[in-house]
Amino acid sequence: MDLSVQIGRLRLVNPFIAASGCFGYGVEYAGLLDLASLGGVCVKGLFLNEREGHPPQRIVETPAGMINAIGLQGVGVHRFVEEYLPPLRAAGATVFVNVCGTSIDEYAEVSRILSDHEGVAAIELNISCPNIKEGGIQFGCSLAGTHDVVSAVRKVTTLPVIPKLTPNVTAPASFARAAEEAGADAVSLVNTFLALAIDVETRRPKISNGMGGLSGPAIRPIAVRMTYECASAVKIPVIGMGGITSIGDALEFLIAGASAVQVGTANFVNPLIWNDLRTGLADYMTRHQLSSVSQIVGTLDMKR
Amino acid sequence: MATPDILTRMPVDAAARVIANTALSVDYNLVALEAPELAALVRPGQFVMIKPHEGHHPLLRRPFSVFELLRSADGRAHGISILSKRVGTSTALVAGLREGDVVACLGPLGRPFEPVEAPVEAWMAAGGVGLAPFMTLAEALVADGNPPTLFYGARRAADLHCADRFERLGIRVVYATEDGSRGARGFVTAPMAEAFAALPGGRQVRVYACGPTPMMRAVNDLTVARGHRCDVSLEQVMGCGLGGCYSCVVKALDEGGHGHYVRSCLAGPIFDGRTIDWTALGH
Ligand SMILES: Cc1cc2nc3c(=O)[nH]c(=O)nc-3n(C[C@H](O)[C@H](O)[C@H](O)COP(=O)(O)O)c2cc1C
Repeated sequence: MDLSVQIGRLRLVNPFIAASGCFGYGVEYAGLLDLASLGGVCVKGLFLNEREGHPPQRIVETPAGMINAIGLQGVGVHRFVEEYLPPLRAAGATVFVNVCGTSIDEYAEVSRILSDHEGVAAIELNISCPNIKEGGIQFGCSLAGTHDVVSAVRKVTTLPVIPKLTPNVTAPASFARAAEEAGADAVSLVNTFLALAIDVETRRPKISNGMGGLSGPAIRPIAVRMTYECASAVKIPVIGMGGITSIGDALEFLIAGASAVQVGTANFVNPLIWNDLRTGLADYMTRHQLSSVSQIVGTLDMKR
Repeated sequence: MATPDILTRMPVDAAARVIANTALSVDYNLVALEAPELAALVRPGQFVMIKPHEGHHPLLRRPFSVFELLRSADGRAHGISILSKRVGTSTALVAGLREGDVVACLGPLGRPFEPVEAPVEAWMAAGGVGLAPFMTLAEALVADGNPPTLFYGARRAADLHCADRFERLGIRVVYATEDGSRGARGFVTAPMAEAFAALPGGRQVRVYACGPTPMMRAVNDLTVARGHRCDVSLEQVMGCGLGGCYSCVVKALDEGGHGHYVRSCLAGPIFDGRTIDWTALGH
């Protein structure tokens, strides 16, 4: 069955993309599954240079979820294109690169370098990481900042540009609109929710950074709502995510208006989830006599 | 760079049936799991990621060292056992597993121990549940004709488990308990220091250590001070076991002595103790 979806100019073999920061650089999973069988592989956030990230402990479990503050440890864009991009290409992966920056110039520079290399399918702009002091969410929490990052990157690349929005604002849809106006090809959401877990014995945070980002099933209904709001507000495609652990969860996002979805935390629990998602989607389409995934997207009937 | 390593790793995600769950004490369980494909791949000191239940709480899998390889009459490995100490929700669920239950078991994972060859002596230093990675190492060393010595410490005699399995392999076990209820009173470092003192001149030793961080650090310091190498098995809070999340990092020192966070699931869990920044290691 044809499970392919279209994100602007980009055709994906199916709507299931590995979410950034939850799939390493993709190559870590090459021994376990066929990377070409995923709709896309979004790699860990990259700055221009290497970054050490935060000291451990970096994660803690919470009910039906987890809080992380990894601090965007990463190899930097130069090592990425030299060491990781070639094996990803060889594996046939559709590579999304999650681009980070502490300044607008850095976002543009990283994006420009990526555009010079074969094998990058799209650029996802991480303007929504809650865990770093400079950059990231600082742009994603301001409409002007969102606009400026997107238009600066738009100028240096012809690759699809997909800003990743934060849920830590009152109205994500207005940020989707700002991104669309600045020339984004699509938007993705949600990044994690700023959160805090406390050790009551020591009265200190459970992770070293203090606060972190909440992900996993706990956030899903809010993420579905935000996906719906954004998809209703813009014409460009929306990539939805947040707490997907099954095909039923993924379908909620598609029906709410997402053209594709990303799966993060659930991949830690079940790294072979991709097979279940594909089979589940084909089943659903057969049962509902659908020939294209696009027949699912944005079909929510809010009247009930 | 670890990339070529990563690309050749082929773990298995097994739906492993519980063959037996034996309570060794109020908080220790030995769980035998049927997982032939996975068992066939295990090398000494490797671990598996286990989810003992369906559902979202707790959400993540937990790492467990492979304790024993279970073999059928023809010698083929058809399963593994894990040694679990109850400390939280997941290990409580492990303690409650019953024969016939099926658990998700991903592995084998991580960089294995390198068994040393004679005449280098192999000493294994275990603290409490830190015994877990040593059965597979002991078997490999015995098979190579270089049987190790096990230094096994715990709070009290009642917390020493499964030592008979090592003795049955013909391995000398030296005990230490904090309350003196079995073996030397105090930590394993005391009998190890004596053993170093009694070592014939020129004899090399490779120490392998697993246990609480202060214990591994003490064993590493002692060993390195005597001019030998100590490989440690570090357990960090781990998200996925596959290198996907960058949670389980430890600070490893490069040749210039600079620390860099490396993923213990890929670069470890076994590390040369001299390459670890012990001050950066939590708890
Ligand atoms: C451990 C961890 C690391 C993450 N790292 C990144 C990252 O580098 N860049 C990014 O844009 N999002 C990152 N995220 C957010 C995820 O991509 C995703 O937006 C979020 O976790 C919600 O999806 P989920 O509930 O399916 O995990 C990270 C999430 C987790 C749990």
